[in-house]
Amino acid sequence: MTALTSTRGSSTIRRAPRPRVIVSHVALIAGALLMAYPVLWMLSSSLKPEAEIFNNLSLVPSEVTLDNYTEGWTGLGMPFGVFLWNSLVVCVVSVVANCASCLVTAYAFARMELPLRWLWFPLMLMTIMLPLHVTILPQYIVFNQLGWVGTFLPLIVPKLLAVDAFFVYLMVQFMRSLPRELDDAASIDGCGPFRTFSRIIVPLMVPALVTTAIFTFLWTWSDFFSQLLYLGSNQGLFTVPVALASFIDATTSSSWGQLLSMSVVSLIPVVAFFAVFQRWILDGVSTTGIK
Amino acid sequence: MSIAVQPKKPVRAPVPVVRRPRRRKERWLSYVFLSPWLIGFFGMTLLPMAISLYLSFTEYDVLSDPTWVGWENYRDLFSDPRYLQSVKVTLTFVLISVPLKLAFALFVAVVLNRGIRSANTYRAIYYLPSLIGASVAMAIVWRQLFTEDGVVNTVLRGLGMSDPPSWLSDPSASIWTLIFLAVWEFGAPMIIFLAGLRQVPLELYEAARVDGASRWMQFWKITWPLLSPIVLFNLVLQVIGSFQAFAPAYVISGGTGGPLDGTLFYTLYLYQQGWGSLHMGYAAAMAWVLLIGIALLTAGIFATSRRWVFYAGEDT
Repeated sequence: MTALTSTRGSSTIRRAPRPRVIVSHVALIAGALLMAYPVLWMLSSSLKPEAEIFNNLSLVPSEVTLDNYTEGWTGLGMPFGVFLWNSLVVCVVSVVANCASCLVTAYAFARMELPLRWLWFPLMLMTIMLPLHVTILPQYIVFNQLGWVGTFLPLIVPKLLAVDAFFVYLMVQFMRSLPRELDDAASIDGCGPFRTFSRIIVPLMVPALVTTAIFTFLWTWSDFFSQLLYLGSNQGLFTVPVALASFIDATTSSSWGQLLSMSVVSLIPVVAFFAVFQRWILDGVSTTGIK
Repeated sequence: MSIAVQPKKPVRAPVPVVRRPRRRKERWLSYVFLSPWLIGFFGMTLLPMAISLYLSFTEYDVLSDPTWVGWENYRDLFSDPRYLQSVKVTLTFVLISVPLKLAFALFVAVVLNRGIRSANTYRAIYYLPSLIGASVAMAIVWRQLFTEDGVVNTVLRGLGMSDPPSWLSDPSASIWTLIFLAVWEFGAPMIIFLAGLRQVPLELYEAARVDGASRWMQFWKITWPLLSPIVLFNLVLQVIGSFQAFAPAYVISGGTGGPLDGTLFYTLYLYQQGWGSLHMGYAAAMAWVLLIGIALLTAGIFATSRRWVFYAGEDT
């Protein structure tokens, strides 16, 4: 299949009639501009003076000002850096916890003689499709009774328990493609399951771990529902999405520029991530159907 | 079922070494590795599901103990106009946005697959909205684009529409802002379609061209049948995801679902009931109806798929 894809591009270009190609390009560029417009509008509006945002539809500001950024940064009474830091902490801890817990779970499913595997594996697959609303209510009640609402714990603890079954499945699939002979060789050399896992399997799982890490980061960064629920009213712990949402409530009609500028700030990590890991992200989407 | 593209079957060479029968102890060691997931499965999934099922038959406001009310919550749902409105809004959203999104995704994927130069750049640009579209930030932008004198209406006026809709205050127009936002995120299914299109053997198109088939014919006779399993996959994924959309509706309506409940998504109403008015029992009943609804709809899609999904290797 790889050979096919690599040769087909050039041969099709040679054969395609010229005008059709030009028409396609024009349409694709127009489409790309339309797709990018909301983002560009956000960026340019955030750099415009407040009064100009709704009066001047041009994407080029008549005068570039950073006022929206400097004022928006402290618009919620504390520096926006606090929220960025909170989101970063939640994301990094989630990534590490999710990778670790999904990896050990996948090892049990893919590589060990797991008694009752026939029961657990289908159950694990079924949880992939489960809407989170069925479980989040009781989870909230329990976390509330534990006194965890208003802390990061309800956002992080589930990640330690491999609750995102999708990633378990991803890793199981990947692990199955690793040659079994490696395990056998390791076991002949006297490695138990723990050492086989840490010395043989983990290093080979790096690609699947990178995919998991990237998507856990991106999802956690923009997750709103659970962060809104669990962070309560403790503003000092607000993550970026929750802070932005409360910014809307606090916003009068005259400070939309500030809101937009902080929206830009909130998307910078995601876009930067995409720029750096583009190949991984697009491959991840096309081979697994991750969003 | 989450694999869109058939993964390459691991080629397992015949095992040269006779594997030692593992000792009993070693087999149970596997549960050391499984334990985090097992705890999570019971503690974070199964038990909460049982509790929410129980709560759905009670009245519970978190502060006092739940009291058993039998089927009352479920009966109330179907006479609650706001609940019925939220079902209507959500179904409208899903039934319009999902087909539109998939149609766009498929169309652009087919165009990009014709060996066009810099297809990867287009692919990246078209995909980016999928990554940021569900964020609070983009919902804020959306809300601004659709104000009375916002960009969208200015363009519409420029195109000669004298009386463009008041997107944010007209209840029947407001749902469209959310639909547009969802369709804007067609990049993810597009990437999945592209991966599928790469697997369609080029010889088929060449043979069809030799036989004089038009591009339109080639699409319906070759591309569509071979891609139909991926259409099914994308469809199920998008339907399930769309039912659970929350952030855009929350931000665009300021948490109310307004104007006049025009954007009252199911999940938003569930949130209002559960956490706004502390009707936890009622919210639990809503969650269970949602689960059953999604399950039935997914089952329905799979049932119809026998008619339109073509699996290579089978004769039709």
